[in-house]
Amino acid sequence: MSSPGKLNSSSSELDLDRPNLEDYLPSGASIQQEPHGKLRLRDLLDISPTLTEAAGAIIDDSFTRCFKSNPPEPWNWNVYLFPLWCFGVVVRYFILFPARVLVLTIGWIIFLSSFIPVHFLLKGHDKLRKNLERCLVELICSFFVASWTGVVKYHGPRPSMRPKQVFVANHTSMIDFIILEQMTAFAVIMQKHPGWVGLLQSTILESVGCIWFNRSEAKDREIVTKKLRDHVLGVDNNPLLIFPEGTCVNNHYTVMFKKGAFELGCSVCPVAIKYNKIFVDAFWNSKKQSFTMHLLQLMTSWAVVCDVWYLEPQNIRPGESPIEFAERVRDIISTRAGLKKVPWDGYLKYSRPSPKHRERKQQSFAESMLRRLEEK
Amino acid sequence: MGSASSMLTQYDIEEVQEHCNDLFSQQEIVSLYQRFCQLDRNAKGFISADEFLSVPEFAMNPLSQRLLKMVDGLNFKDFVAFLSAFSARASMQQKSELIFKVYDSDCNGKVSFKDILEVLRDLSGSFMSDEQREKVLTQVLQEAGYTRESYLTLDDFVKVLGSYGVKMEVEVPID
Repeated sequence: MSSPGKLNSSSSELDLDRPNLEDYLPSGASIQQEPHGKLRLRDLLDISPTLTEAAGAIIDDSFTRCFKSNPPEPWNWNVYLFPLWCFGVVVRYFILFPARVLVLTIGWIIFLSSFIPVHFLLKGHDKLRKNLERCLVELICSFFVASWTGVVKYHGPRPSMRPKQVFVANHTSMIDFIILEQMTAFAVIMQKHPGWVGLLQSTILESVGCIWFNRSEAKDREIVTKKLRDHVLGVDNNPLLIFPEGTCVNNHYTVMFKKGAFELGCSVCPVAIKYNKIFVDAFWNSKKQSFTMHLLQLMTSWAVVCDVWYLEPQNIRPGESPIEFAERVRDIISTRAGLKKVPWDGYLKYSRPSPKHRERKQQSFAESMLRRLEEK
Repeated sequence: MGSASSMLTQYDIEEVQEHCNDLFSQQEIVSLYQRFCQLDRNAKGFISADEFLSVPEFAMNPLSQRLLKMVDGLNFKDFVAFLSAFSARASMQQKSELIFKVYDSDCNGKVSFKDILEVLRDLSGSFMSDEQREKVLTQVLQEAGYTRESYLTLDDFVKVLGSYGVKMEVEVPID
């Protein structure tokens, strides 16, 4: 390898968005068994293992499965059930939905009419202002949850405020954040969004200490890294929440965790979130719909049912690398929420895998060829 | 509220089945159709190269660029026909035929020394030098009774590959 020095320096930094896929993939996954014996023409011509892999990926791959929306089973095909379903539509769209819009509007009026004065008038009383703002953010999140009749069951002890701890949760939709926020005002690390969500991010959520970044900008990463370290050390700061998957997954799988949250040297408190798809699929497929459409979909459904588990805090074990630690925590969350683990980097949604992965396959092929050529 | 599978009628399925020589069951074809629609994100009726490459497991494959030339822009029927060589029911002849097509990139019905060398280059990348590749290939060709100048035909492929059996099967998941 030509650049061991470079590799070392980047892994000592907080590498938020480039985990090493190789570290997660089982080594030599592609080679079923090492062929032996003298090299013959047929061995050279037989490209079936590579072709089989390619066709296997075309027919089914675990990566695409992670981001597949799973609409609830239609049950209205029956003639007897259909009128019932129509009745449901009328209730949901013409009674529930307006009522929910009203609730949300009232929520916003209450929130804004108290947040603005608190924010500007209490400039001198930082502590009081912080506490009030925290309560208000929790309040507006409760209104959001109410606007989709969120039936949320929280298990385990509520998060407490203390330094040197970070919360990590699996990620299905931005509503994860709202659901967790209504219980505890977390400071969250999230992708910067455009539109009205972005406006909220930069005004209101800034006040609870949230940190925003842009996936594509490398410069942002360094700033976020620094902010992260400062944040966890502050005694008075809101507990930090990170979605280490870095992207929304459909709540059936967990993709690889970015190791950033596991390198901070503080205890990691896993939070597992599992949605019940009985009424609506809570997965936000950001490539297919905007967040506004996603919210409308939730607001026109009967209810959003979900379970939240606050799990036992974990610490890095002696001799454990941050990646192994991240895997262990992912294991805990996946087991609790009943999700399947897949060895994929969620960011592959936005970019192609690096040529390194292909090169590894080429290397093992070339080595086996050359070795067998020597055998007589 | 209709799911993708409801858009395939019995006639469609039978037509596709005929097109792929009955190598896939009806259920498998329905599954493949769902997959096809999933990959064809813009619903154009074919899967573009870019959409194929959005599957990381495919993009990482050393032969992906070569295969893309074969599968790019296929409609559903041809997509299934392409995959049918990977069915457990496909004969050795059919499997060898597909492998032959991968080698025969200019589709002239014969595979030259250069054609094989190119595939070898895809497979080994920068980890073998051109001289090494040529040396390997010349040697094994000679041992099998061919020379650098000989062209391999489909029959040669069937003879070479068919004699010991090629393991090339992919299961279509049915849910």
